[in-house]
Amino acid sequence: MSFLEIDRAVKQFGGLRAVDGVSFTVERGEIVGLLGPNGSGKTTLINLVSGALPATSGAIRLNGQRLTGLRGDQIARAGVARTFQLVRILPSLSLTENVMITAVFGRKAHWGAEARRVADHALEMVGLAGRANAVAGDLTYIDQKRLELARALAAEPEILLLDEWLAGLNPTELSEGVALIRKLHEGGLTILMVEHIIDAVRALCPRVVVMNSGQLIADEETGAALADPRVISAYLGGDVDA
Amino acid sequence: MIRILLPLIGLGLLALGPMVVSDYGLGLLIGAATYVTLASAWALFSGQTHYISLATVAFYGTGAYTVAVLNEALPYGAVLICAALIGGAMALVVGLSTLRLRGVYFVIFSFGLAELVRQVITWYEVNVTGTLGRYIFLDITTRQIYWQMLALGAVTIALTAWINRSRLGLALRVIGDDETVATHSGINLARVKLVAFVLSAVILTLAGAITSPRYVYVEPAIVFNPTVSFLTVIMALLGGANRLWGPALGAVPLFLVFEWLSSNFPDTYPIFLGLLFIGVVFLVPNGLISSAESLVSRKKEAGR
Repeated sequence: MSFLEIDRAVKQFGGLRAVDGVSFTVERGEIVGLLGPNGSGKTTLINLVSGALPATSGAIRLNGQRLTGLRGDQIARAGVARTFQLVRILPSLSLTENVMITAVFGRKAHWGAEARRVADHALEMVGLAGRANAVAGDLTYIDQKRLELARALAAEPEILLLDEWLAGLNPTELSEGVALIRKLHEGGLTILMVEHIIDAVRALCPRVVVMNSGQLIADEETGAALADPRVISAYLGGDVDA
Repeated sequence: MIRILLPLIGLGLLALGPMVVSDYGLGLLIGAATYVTLASAWALFSGQTHYISLATVAFYGTGAYTVAVLNEALPYGAVLICAALIGGAMALVVGLSTLRLRGVYFVIFSFGLAELVRQVITWYEVNVTGTLGRYIFLDITTRQIYWQMLALGAVTIALTAWINRSRLGLALRVIGDDETVATHSGINLARVKLVAFVLSAVILTLAGAITSPRYVYVEPAIVFNPTVSFLTVIMALLGGANRLWGPALGAVPLFLVFEWLSSNFPDTYPIFLGLLFIGVVFLVPNGLISSAESLVSRKKEAGR
């Protein structure tokens, strides 16, 4: 039994199969890249795993527990934490509260000083320690992204889903971001990351899964996948012998 | 400590109010206490979640009608308990079916709910019982009504203060900011919203029940007057709906202004009402408390 099992997951929107029978697994402690051109169904798949959308059919299991059929909040409490493609900061909450909520409402259900300690620790991990009293709205873009990551970490998750967490960063910020994710992975966290920045994927993920038009077209070692003609034609167009 | 002592002293002084004021003054005190309670109870749910409810009068009127129907059949205490249960049950049913609506859809629905309840009761009274109006004859003095309302208002504000410090309060604030983040943080949206909505509705219903003997004669058009819902919203917004004392701060002056307007300009007063609504939304969109705070912090900045 694998840690995260995605078994023939399907998501149908009207006549469109955004996710069309995708199956793969992620082992505990692994960091896997989820690639694919725009519209290939990556974010939809992340939404199925995190429960933002119900799957049309198929099964997703974490540590043997079936996630499909559960609500988003139940999946969060089962140990799945995520960030969002478009950063979501809560403007009326303080920085600490922004981070603390997953510790409070997550599976450990911390409260009071303990919840604050978990939040402070998460802020420290992403490099926002000492800024806990800043106003969330005043943060720069990278710091907002850090804040969102800290929120996911404060859940003390079993698995972290990153949806283009590195997108929109400048080169300096990008290398900081890559170093940060590597640190989390080395700390033992299981990570599934949607990413378009190939250099970052090469640097972080030994293995990738690639989607195109809702289907899985590759699940292999990163170097091999990026040289795979099917993957190249999915990104660049051209003849696809599917 | 002072945060608890000061309100308690204030409550004690307010409780002595009936000893020193005239009958007219007591009427004003009851009205002010009623609107403080309504606005605070409304804000208990709507203030943090930003679900603007115009259903206030649906619950308030239900409370009043419960007393009108049951006041001769049951002792007063039991009537109040019945009113609370009916209001809570109504909120539970309504909440389960509608709290997934967002924004303007929820606003319109809540307004429709108040009208629906009014029309259903009117229909029932006309077609089944054959009487539209009912009389409430209860052995309750005006002072007792005031003290009951004061107590309900105090309980509402104390409950809000407690919720603000609890997990429930944090969950409500997260929901008000972003429901998607709330879900993926592990918050059960339906349950949190429902708990707050029912708590708020029970208080609104009780407020209607407590104040009902003042009407003596009750009919749907009187106790389901939509102006009550609008006033409640604008009072809470004026003071600051997401602040503990905001609704109370907005309710007292606006209630006095409305009283003065309606007695001096009985025909044209809805015009002033409309102007006031617009003024509040334009001038103090975040409420008086946060406007005052930002003014103070700007002064500090300038002084530096």
